Amino acid sequence: MGDLNLFGRLLEWMPFLLKGFGLNILMSVLAITIGTTVGTFLGLGQLSSLRIVGWPSRLATQLFRNAPWLVLLFYCIFLMPYQVSIGGSVIVLPSWLRATIGFSFPVAANFSEIVRGAVNSVPRGQWEAAEALGYRRSATLFRIILPQCITRMIPPWMNLYALLLTATPLSVIVGVEEALGRTQAAVQAMSDSRMLIPIYLSLLAMFFIYTWPINRLSLMLERRFRTK
Amino acid sequence: MNFSSSSQPLIALRGVRKSFGAVEVLRGIDIDIRKGEVVAIIGPSGSGKSTILRTINGLTPINEGVITVGEIRVNDPKVDKVKLRHRVGMVFQQYNLFPHKTVLENVAMAPIQVLKQPRPQVEERARKLLGEMRLPDKASSYPGELSGGQQQRVAIARALCMEPEVILFDEVTAALDPEMVKEVLSAVRKVAEDGMTCILVTHEMGFAREAADHIYFTDKGVIVEHAPPADFFARASDPRTKEFLSKVL
Repeated sequence: MGDLNLFGRLLEWMPFLLKGFGLNILMSVLAITIGTTVGTFLGLGQLSSLRIVGWPSRLATQLFRNAPWLVLLFYCIFLMPYQVSIGGSVIVLPSWLRATIGFSFPVAANFSEIVRGAVNSVPRGQWEAAEALGYRRSATLFRIILPQCITRMIPPWMNLYALLLTATPLSVIVGVEEALGRTQAAVQAMSDSRMLIPIYLSLLAMFFIYTWPINRLSLMLERRFRTK
Repeated sequence: MNFSSSSQPLIALRGVRKSFGAVEVLRGIDIDIRKGEVVAIIGPSGSGKSTILRTINGLTPINEGVITVGEIRVNDPKVDKVKLRHRVGMVFQQYNLFPHKTVLENVAMAPIQVLKQPRPQVEERARKLLGEMRLPDKASSYPGELSGGQQQRVAIARALCMEPEVILFDEVTAALDPEMVKEVLSAVRKVAEDGMTCILVTHEMGFAREAADHIYFTDKGVIVEHAPPADFFARASDPRTKEFLSKVL
């Protein structure tokens, strides 16, 4: 009877926890979107033969790729303004949004490397053949090289997303009310030590159920593209 | 008819020098090739054969000397690259087809995208060329589905579809399994017999002897000697040529 009671209390708290997990998903989706966009430019920038483009792109990539995510998070939380005023109207930047921007930096840097690696993995002969047919460098990149890269970039990109999602609970440290934060709050509110294990297990399960299929899919795609 | 142009070489290399870092791979190359000629460049590996070929369409920039293709000065930094590559086609050892495009797209895309020719016209020409390369039913296949010999014939069709005046063949059979060498060589021969100016770098001595009008022998970045094949294979005079021929024949 006691076990059933525990389970019932867990279910009671579930909507509260899931709402927090929704914020993890929202942050991860936003961060992967921003990171992929910025990372594409950084990655192509790294490949540029122009020194003024190539050098800063490589520097930014290395800087943000080799910094701990948590440190970047702290930077964004504490150095970004709490609100910005654009043309008279004040926009408040909630901490979850600032955390999202903090996560976007390492994602962009990692995606930059994915882009660079994928482009470099295309054999040099492809560039030469295109050049011999009169294609300019930029046209070769966009018409011939990148279309071949996209399939190669999808599996590592999905892995990056899974990694990002599992990193989002870091934002609890800077006060974002996501799944981990809400779990801690629930534990405190229940003040029942028997709840500790079940509630943290259900937190783990949420992340696992969401991330595992992504990892499987990425593995499957990787195999498919390799044999092609 | 313009008779003076037929005596003028279509392609001329004068004192061409090229270094990669401290290594000088071309040390003063002079070559004249007339329209419709088939020229074979042979020599030991590392003698600069492929580099010569790649300087002619500007893939490898040169350090010294002059290269002209018709009225185009290849080594002019302001050379119109599209115009040059329109006139000079190239076929590579590793085929270098675009794996994400069908065979037909591989053949037709550059004339459409680079030369801005109308698609229906180009595709018709591409299909005709694929027919001539004995690949009429492969238009919608992807390169990965073809054998090496078939891929190389697609690459030849791709070069031809640009309607060039000269095609550079860079060891086009070197990466092929033996049973496919013949089909590619006969495709090259067909191109040559149709009047295309051809420059081949090759290890196929038998083919060079039969198909070429002229043979250049390179060693250590210089042209040691050149002659029509009958003379070249029977009466090579330079000891380096003799040594090479004794090894490969």
